[in-house]
Amino acid sequence: MSPRFRLCCVLLAASQCASAQVTNDQLLRPDAQPANWLSYSRDYSNQRHSPLNQISTDNVARLQLQWVWQARSLEKFEATPLVVNGVLYTVQAPNDVVALDAATGRIFWTYSHQPSPARTCCGRVNRGLAIHGDTLFMGTVDAHLLAIDAKSGQLLWDIVVADAAAQYSITMSPMVMKDKVYIGTAGGDMGIRGFVAAYDIRTGREVWKFYTIPGPGEAGHDTWSGDSWQKGGASIWNHGAYDPESNLVYWGTGNPAPDWDGRMRLGDNLYSDSVIALDADTGKLKWHYQFTPHDELDYDSTQVPVLADISWKGKPRKVMLWANRNGLMYVLDRVSGEFLLGKPYVEVNWMDGFDAKGRPHRVPGMVPTPQGTLVRPHVHGAINWAPSAYSPRTGLFYVAHWEHSGIVAIEGQFPQSVGINARQTTMGDVTLEPFLNNDDEARGVIRAYDPVTLNVAWEYKLGNITWGGMLSTAGDVVFGGGKDGYFVALDAKSGKLLWKAALGGQVNAGAMTYAVNGKQYVAIAAGTALFVFALP
Amino acid sequence: MRHVGHSTGKHVVLLWLLLASPFAMAQHATGSDLFSGEQAFQNYCANCHGKAGNQIVGVDLGHGAFRKPYDDAQLTDIIMKGIPGSPMPATPGMSREQAVQIVGYLRSLAISKDAGAGGDAARGKLLFAGKGQCFSCHRVDGEGSRQGPELSRIGLSRKSDQLVTSLLDPNREVQPQNRSYRIVTHEGQRISGRLLNQDAFSVQLLGSDEQLHSFEKADLQSAEFIASPMPAVRGTLSDQEVADVVQYLVSLRGSAKR
Repeated sequence: MSPRFRLCCVLLAASQCASAQVTNDQLLRPDAQPANWLSYSRDYSNQRHSPLNQISTDNVARLQLQWVWQARSLEKFEATPLVVNGVLYTVQAPNDVVALDAATGRIFWTYSHQPSPARTCCGRVNRGLAIHGDTLFMGTVDAHLLAIDAKSGQLLWDIVVADAAAQYSITMSPMVMKDKVYIGTAGGDMGIRGFVAAYDIRTGREVWKFYTIPGPGEAGHDTWSGDSWQKGGASIWNHGAYDPESNLVYWGTGNPAPDWDGRMRLGDNLYSDSVIALDADTGKLKWHYQFTPHDELDYDSTQVPVLADISWKGKPRKVMLWANRNGLMYVLDRVSGEFLLGKPYVEVNWMDGFDAKGRPHRVPGMVPTPQGTLVRPHVHGAINWAPSAYSPRTGLFYVAHWEHSGIVAIEGQFPQSVGINARQTTMGDVTLEPFLNNDDEARGVIRAYDPVTLNVAWEYKLGNITWGGMLSTAGDVVFGGGKDGYFVALDAKSGKLLWKAALGGQVNAGAMTYAVNGKQYVAIAAGTALFVFALP
Repeated sequence: MRHVGHSTGKHVVLLWLLLASPFAMAQHATGSDLFSGEQAFQNYCANCHGKAGNQIVGVDLGHGAFRKPYDDAQLTDIIMKGIPGSPMPATPGMSREQAVQIVGYLRSLAISKDAGAGGDAARGKLLFAGKGQCFSCHRVDGEGSRQGPELSRIGLSRKSDQLVTSLLDPNREVQPQNRSYRIVTHEGQRISGRLLNQDAFSVQLLGSDEQLHSFEKADLQSAEFIASPMPAVRGTLSDQEVADVVQYLVSLRGSAKR
């Protein structure tokens, strides 16, 4: 054996002894690794709350730009990066994975996936990655699921989750629990049949699949008239949550199809516009709650579920907090699915109350009509896909959403926006646009809510509507942004503006924070670039 | 200009190969088409892709190594319209006939790829894992070390004669992305590995410890390319065993795709 071969063997032995980069235990207990951000929301509860506190209310005003990474893409930048031991992983839309030095922004490697032609409703975007061991996982707009080596950027496996030619696509970040990676698809507006599936993290082999529209003979199938179930939508296109104690995994489901015309799909259309709780190992449905039965206004319920342990009427309770696109905010028992509380958090006119089980009471006439009906909130919602946050320190639920939005729903047609500034509520874009609205027209707000009463604790008014998400930190600072291109830091207790940065492009993502060599950083995507800040 | 009779001997060979290939039905290309395709490729494409079509990392047009398995119609569209969001531009002045000829030319190159080194791929696989100890530095389909180049798709980008050279004389030709690099910090820390990126102020590499490293150049005593740690296999493997390993490497064409 040559000396070089011996050297290689020694090195190999050393590498084989090294533990996997990200373990199940680390994913379950991310607070033990506060410097890292290991999943889309940092943890399975989706609180997007970091224990890092170097940046605090006392010093956040001194934040300075550290580096910028510009994507080679003209698509919206919706991804939340991951950070593992000083390496930042993100996605250059649509589907290039990039590994950067988290302290300097310099590139280690890029993996480029050229998706086949695929039709997406709202841009060829991607919201982020998952990681387990040394393997990154990404869904693609042509509905593949990829496993990529986190060290070298090499493709490990590539499976077809669904047929892109049949209008399936993937924009969500995958989830990883134990030995499985979970992902659903977009395409609900195009008439797919939604599902979420679990795959073996080593091989990509499908372990189970749960269709969000029950097939013949299954409970709930009779909530669809005729054959409408076959192309009824209800897609799962955003991140879910996981509760290790109950071993339940949760996702919100999208609207039924066709979106704005329910005449050919009579019934409640289960499990569209719902939250589903599945056994993480088997995919069996444990409970569901439907937010908007028989939706005709495109009120996807694909918001990211936020799990919190709070005191409810004097007793500890494991709850799920949900700010929904339909303008209602909810508190559910996440173990049983029991409806605990629900109330409008923006101007809502399509319902006026709940029954004892939490079914909304529809206001008569608030449906699409031949002459058009003004319905609030907007078809894009009070909130859409952007993630909210919860701070266990303040006990407040932080939501960036829209107020005073509305739409004219017309039978059999695409809804028409309200007022002269109809474009103001269109989907997020990359570049900044003039904002022309009055205060009584749609605008954005960041609000803190008491999860027990759902009352507003404070409000910060944005200059435009927002497609940006929220970040909470143990420094009692919350971060957010919006279409006006400002990235703001607010006092988590009062909502007072502490710092702002004009980024020159729309904020269409949630911020995240991490540390390298003891220095805390805050990262936010805006326009087509990733901006990273820290104290001097 | 579609008369086979006008073709040179080389073109006749290409045509024969084309007709014998699974691509033949899709192409219907004549030797003249292939000649025109080659000319168009050199005029329009070689500036970025290189004369042999292998100048862009991860893409080797002459070996059929595209970003993904495109069919002829998709390749034709890409040549004419480009790939949005990538450096691949549209070619507005090109006719569809020219684009089809380029596809035919590239397909003909791919099917005329080498037949290997006269070895046995199954034996080569065993030698790769055993006597050759290649997994000590290389990785195939998720198995092995990341110290050396990843080889899961090596058969798409390197010909057998090039692989034989790499085994017998590893330093004669090293791909740019595989060059070995060593840094020494002011504190005396030494790290070597594959250079991934560098700029005026910093350097990034995948170390032989299989970790990603990034350094400020101001913190370094030295930073330089070094000889490949790949050992020459002469004396370790017989000629037949080299041929077997090469045959195995030629067969590696990306089983990661399912």
